[in-house]
Amino acid sequence: MYQIKAKIILNKKIIPEHYKICLDAPEIAGEAKPGQFVHIRAREGYDPLLRRPFSIHKSQGEKIEILYKVVGKGTQLLSRKKIGKKIDILGPLGQGFKVNPGLEKVILVAGGIGVAPLYFLAERLAGYTHWKAEKGSKRQSIINDSSINKNQLDILVLLGAETKEKILCLEDFKNLNVKIEIATEDGSESFKGLVSDLFFQLLSKESQVNLVCACGPALMLKRIAELNYRYKIPCQVSLEQRMGCGIGACLGCTIKGQTGYLRVCRNGPVFEADEIQWNEI
Amino acid sequence: MSSESKKNIDLSVRLGRITLKNPVLVASGTFGYGEEYAELINLNELGGIMVKAVTLEPREGNPPPRLAETPAGLLNAIGLENPGVDVFLKEKLPFLRRFQTAIIVNIAGEKEEEYLRLAERLNQVKGISALEVNISCPNVKEKGLIFGTDPEQTFSLVKKLGEITDIPLVVKLTPNVTDITKIAQASQEAGAEALSLINTVLGMSIDVETRKPKLGNITGGLSGPAIRPIAVRMMWQTFQKVNLPLIGMGGITDAEDALEFILAGASAVAIGTANFIDPKTALEVIEGIKQYMQVKGIKNFKDLIGWLK
Ligand SMILES: Cc1cc2nc3c(=O)[nH]c(=O)nc-3n(C[C@H](O)[C@H](O)[C@H](O)COP(=O)(O)OP(=O)(O)OC[C@H]3O[C@@H](n4cnc5c(N)ncnc54)[C@H](O)[C@@H]3O)c2cc1C
Ligand SMILES: Cc1cc2nc3c(=O)[nH]c(=O)nc-3n(C[C@H](O)[C@H](O)[C@H](O)COP(=O)(O)O)c2cc1C
Ligand code: FES
Repeated sequence: MYQIKAKIILNKKIIPEHYKICLDAPEIAGEAKPGQFVHIRAREGYDPLLRRPFSIHKSQGEKIEILYKVVGKGTQLLSRKKIGKKIDILGPLGQGFKVNPGLEKVILVAGGIGVAPLYFLAERLAGYTHWKAEKGSKRQSIINDSSINKNQLDILVLLGAETKEKILCLEDFKNLNVKIEIATEDGSESFKGLVSDLFFQLLSKESQVNLVCACGPALMLKRIAELNYRYKIPCQVSLEQRMGCGIGACLGCTIKGQTGYLRVCRNGPVFEADEIQWNEI
Repeated sequence: MSSESKKNIDLSVRLGRITLKNPVLVASGTFGYGEEYAELINLNELGGIMVKAVTLEPREGNPPPRLAETPAGLLNAIGLENPGVDVFLKEKLPFLRRFQTAIIVNIAGEKEEEYLRLAERLNQVKGISALEVNISCPNVKEKGLIFGTDPEQTFSLVKKLGEITDIPLVVKLTPNVTDITKIAQASQEAGAEALSLINTVLGMSIDVETRKPKLGNITGGLSGPAIRPIAVRMMWQTFQKVNLPLIGMGGITDAEDALEFILAGASAVAIGTANFIDPKTALEVIEGIKQYMQVKGIKNFKDLIGWLK
């Protein structure tokens, strides 16, 4: 975990209300794992008071990239930051996705801006960037090239958006050579409906799915977790909660787990779906 | 030129029997049990750590959401989530004891007996500089009346605690009272070693879209810069009325903020919410106080206390 002043290398609108910011953050980029996040101070001064959490969307060399949607004061301020300026960030934080060796088929389900951490995961799974093995952990949170036969790993990405114009990261995914399916709420592209409905439809056809990883609105995740429970497929979800410290000290970001409250910032943001008490969400 | 070289500046301060190497602590509930922040800053540099409230039994805490932001403020309703005193002693305190800094244990309860039994459990434990008695809790035996809003309850609790433990008692005052000096005086008469103020200010915030309160607990405690003027005022009032050393807190974000409390009468300060915004705040406040003393030509920190014109 580092606190650094990261230089802004790029900060641009990609579609209405959605931006990409690229930061020079060597320490964080060096350690970042898919599913982890950074806690960003959008401005000096005290309104907004707190930092804002964002998933790491890409991490390459000495740079990290964040994909964000402007929803309020903090993200508004972030969108106006100029290239060359520095911002205060804490990271990498939290537990990312955990992937076992021997994986053959994985489905990634992204709802809207929830695609941000899933692209990073897909990129690593597709073997584009080297993934170091983590020692001492029960499961491997990281796969190295030898633990997966890239030719055998089948990655299916489901992208959900309100409309065709709001589909995020399509070109990036295409470059990874992964299978892609799209759902739009208004039917302007491919499947008409929610991405969780598309997921349900595909799940009844797909066999041998080893793992589902999902990020998006809480209700979408709840629906996916229920489906996975029914089909007995391991599932990991990246959850959100309002945060204070972002590092596990304030107990402000908890959600109800099967064994008591869990800190989203420290025990998550990625959880096994069956760790969560979904009826509380 | 009356400027002092930084080397000669003495920041150490005594609060009764409690000695601090410098007057800057971190406030209870904003720093956990130190484990997380140890990854970001050197805890040895802090004057002290006021740990997250400990209760006799583990507490699950309040339903989420537990935090809501307000202009320059933070509303929280954590609900004293903590693993209980046994786990604290076994798993948390040994880590904290590794550092050269005062460890002040914040204790809370719903009945007098709970506080008293906690104090008993902690009495023989090594490495605790003081107990900070969190009296912002409802007393279930008195129809939920907050201990710290009633001079008699405060007196009774602090008095009994003093009979049980030799560890110095710091009574933490709540601002949610008509006259904070009454509670301060009751604490002094009961034998408190020092007082800390202020705890959070009771508040509430509503999401007008969903028409729901922003906190799962409906109401919560406001902290951060928004409450600082209230806290400084209460510090100044309390300083006039009691002879005890005072620890000031409430919205401190930098050395200037801290100095407001010190000039108003605080012998030490604690950084709370600002830890979330910048984990280096406490260390920067220490540096800033030194700088101020250097510029003003003051050698001993205690000469700053209550230096208000
Ligand atoms: C672990 C984690 C990772 C995240 N990753 C990303 C990301 O990659 N890209 C991205 O665009 N956003 C992400 N978010 C959400 C992002 O943190 C919020 O959108 C941001 O904090 C909003 O700040 P603001 O000041 O603009 O909005 P505010 O003015 O604070 O809020 C505007 C509206 O958004 C809602 N809101 C704000 N924060 C949250 C939250 N954390 N959970 C639910 N509702 C919220 C508020 O209730 C309000 O209605 C993530 C959140 C978490 C917890
Ligand atoms: C998230 C949070 C948790 C807190 N928990 C406690 C606690 O357990 N015991 C206590 O006495 N005070 C607690 N406080 C109050 C602080 O110690 C402090 O008195 C108050 O926040 C004012 O200081 P600040 O504005 O610098 O944060 C908590 C405050 C916050 C923000
Ligand atoms: S944000 Fe403080 S514990 Fe998670």
